[in-house]
Amino acid sequence: MRANCWIGKENVSVETVPDPKILSQSDAIVKITSTAICGSDLHLYGGFVPTMESGDVLGHEFMGEVVEVGRGVKNLQKGDRVVVPFPIACGSCFLCEKGLFSVCENTNPNAWMAEKMWGHAPAGVYGYSHLLGGYAGGQAQYARVPFADVNPLKIPDGLADEQVLFLSDIFPTGYMGADLCGIQPGDTIAVWGCGPVGQFAMKSAFLLGAERVIGIDRFPYRLRMAREKVGVETINYEETDLLETLKEMTGGRGPDACIDAVGMESHAPGFIGAYDRAKQAMMLETDRPIPLRQAIMACRNGGTVSVIGVYGGFIDKFPAGSMMNRSITIKTGQCHVQRYMKPLLERIQKGEIDPSFVITHRLPLEQAPEGYKMFRDKQDNCEKIVLKPNWSRESGAGEFRKNMMGCCFINPDLLRKS
Amino acid sequence: MATEQRVSPQQLANGLGWFSIGLGLAEVATPRLVANLIGVTDDRKTRKILRFYGVRELAAGVGILSQSNPSSWLWARVAGDALDLSSLVKALSSDDNSRGRTLAATAAVAGITAADLHCAQQLSNGQNGNQSRTAATALTSSITIARSSEEVYGFWRDFTRLPEIFDGLETVQTVGNRRSHWKLALPMGRSLEWDAETTDDQPNSRIAWRSESSSAPHSGEVRFESATGQRGTRITLKIQPEGMAASLGKLFGIVPKQALNIALHNLKQLLEVGEIAKSDASIHRGKHPAQPPEQDFGGAKGMQAAASA
Repeated sequence: MRANCWIGKENVSVETVPDPKILSQSDAIVKITSTAICGSDLHLYGGFVPTMESGDVLGHEFMGEVVEVGRGVKNLQKGDRVVVPFPIACGSCFLCEKGLFSVCENTNPNAWMAEKMWGHAPAGVYGYSHLLGGYAGGQAQYARVPFADVNPLKIPDGLADEQVLFLSDIFPTGYMGADLCGIQPGDTIAVWGCGPVGQFAMKSAFLLGAERVIGIDRFPYRLRMAREKVGVETINYEETDLLETLKEMTGGRGPDACIDAVGMESHAPGFIGAYDRAKQAMMLETDRPIPLRQAIMACRNGGTVSVIGVYGGFIDKFPAGSMMNRSITIKTGQCHVQRYMKPLLERIQKGEIDPSFVITHRLPLEQAPEGYKMFRDKQDNCEKIVLKPNWSRESGAGEFRKNMMGCCFINPDLLRKS
Repeated sequence: MATEQRVSPQQLANGLGWFSIGLGLAEVATPRLVANLIGVTDDRKTRKILRFYGVRELAAGVGILSQSNPSSWLWARVAGDALDLSSLVKALSSDDNSRGRTLAATAAVAGITAADLHCAQQLSNGQNGNQSRTAATALTSSITIARSSEEVYGFWRDFTRLPEIFDGLETVQTVGNRRSHWKLALPMGRSLEWDAETTDDQPNSRIAWRSESSSAPHSGEVRFESATGQRGTRITLKIQPEGMAASLGKLFGIVPKQALNIALHNLKQLLEVGEIAKSDASIHRGKHPAQPPEQDFGGAKGMQAAASA
């Protein structure tokens, strides 16, 4: 089969690799119809995540058709259409039973590696380094899905791939970011990052009852999407003093909750941005935690900071004093996707949200390397790229041109603030 | 001070550490002088090699002086000595070198090697001096499994199933009531076999054994205790390597602590979900941590094993 492989830092390539096989009787094989490039894939692309090996198949947001099941699989059949959540859960351990699927105790074959780096090991994740299990990813024509009775969500007829694909990661991830805030009526929520996860976090904050939502980014096209598709107020942090502006917008009190939807590769103008870049380059810190610092400083007394942007290692200049003296609660985690998939599918079916609003580009799988570069460099107003494993390179070229002309948003009526 | 106390292994280790640093500095800073001293031709290549060896000496020196138990750094010195000796023996065969001085250098290094080896063994064996510094460290690992102690103990008591959870353990056969025969696969087609005697067997609580062969001297125990809040069983596995096996095993990865950790994770997966999770990195050549073995795979093996249990 063809698959998009990590070759090295800033180098991915679509290669012919062996087809996945059933390795355990609880596995299923899925023929992938749609897959996507995630912002967190850019951390791999940039070489910020350790334990990647040349040839690893990338991708953890995918859906498709079940083409083979192991003898032990009861809930799935050949022909079922499924969305696959990015963390792999066993469904029966102490933590799965608490609904903490992304920290399942039984699905990371390289748990010892993660224990060395993080103390304890989280669940296995598709296409996301050997630290997280070394599972082959879903930017491919086929993928092996372990624990198939527990993980994939069957999709009813009548919903397009693009409406449900993001149930695999970014919609539930954004939703969990808002869920962790414990939103009360009248709350103001500030969201750092207007990438796809940030857009879903903002949308979800409204769905969960926030009165005001403020989106923060530096790319005008992303801020525009947040204003037009989600209906939030926005701040371009390169144009104003962010913390002062947030204070003014909230009557001096600060947002009730702040969501960091950026993570380890954040940017900042001026000295502090250069400081973190330099420290990261000298390996004195692994992550640039600018939005996390800002979110803590900005949050109102007793408020919640919800961290869904991905961090990998260690950070510097953590404002512990601000956090402790002002009763800040920090909540975080890789999304427990399995917990949110069904309720969010229902919201999609009811028309409360059409997650396809974030898509700006559709490319054939063969053009994944171009897609990574475009997404990383924010070329062509790139917000979210969907990859089609069954499109030929040529059909993609036509689609690519169409995208370039901006014919990319679907069904804008569904996207108004509900 | 006047007593005839022998030099303790730690004192010897500290001496060797400072010696490492001195020699390392000389090799790095004045490779020309060192080359002359040991009678080898002073050319660019020699100086480069000497500088490299100097860095190695400095690392070993700092390692020995900064660690509370420097035994692995001393074993690293032993390995470095072997490298030095082989370089010197090679130099002896070249006509360009001053054979007399090289021979003297070789003799000196051989002497140092003996001291290193002695010190490393002493520290590893824990025969002398302060205990924390000298006792071979026991390898321990612990995990909580959401199953009753009867079930977990039952799995372990049947030693023949342990190869399902220990990578590299090929077979365990029970030979009579308290004896078992173990076979471990080593790299490059070699294997290690030993007989063990079960020294303690308290149902649902503790199993202990001791290897009787000199090939792999060790003792082991596994304890089963109830976890808090009826969350299953807390399993603690402890292996105490003995003699030379202790440090050699640690150095060459025969019994790293990590192997115990992986085995306990495997046991947990097998008992909680009936299979051992395996991932599939697709296009790797050669051995790969995430790549399933070509013939068989733990997942299905685990399933069959669980089904037949």
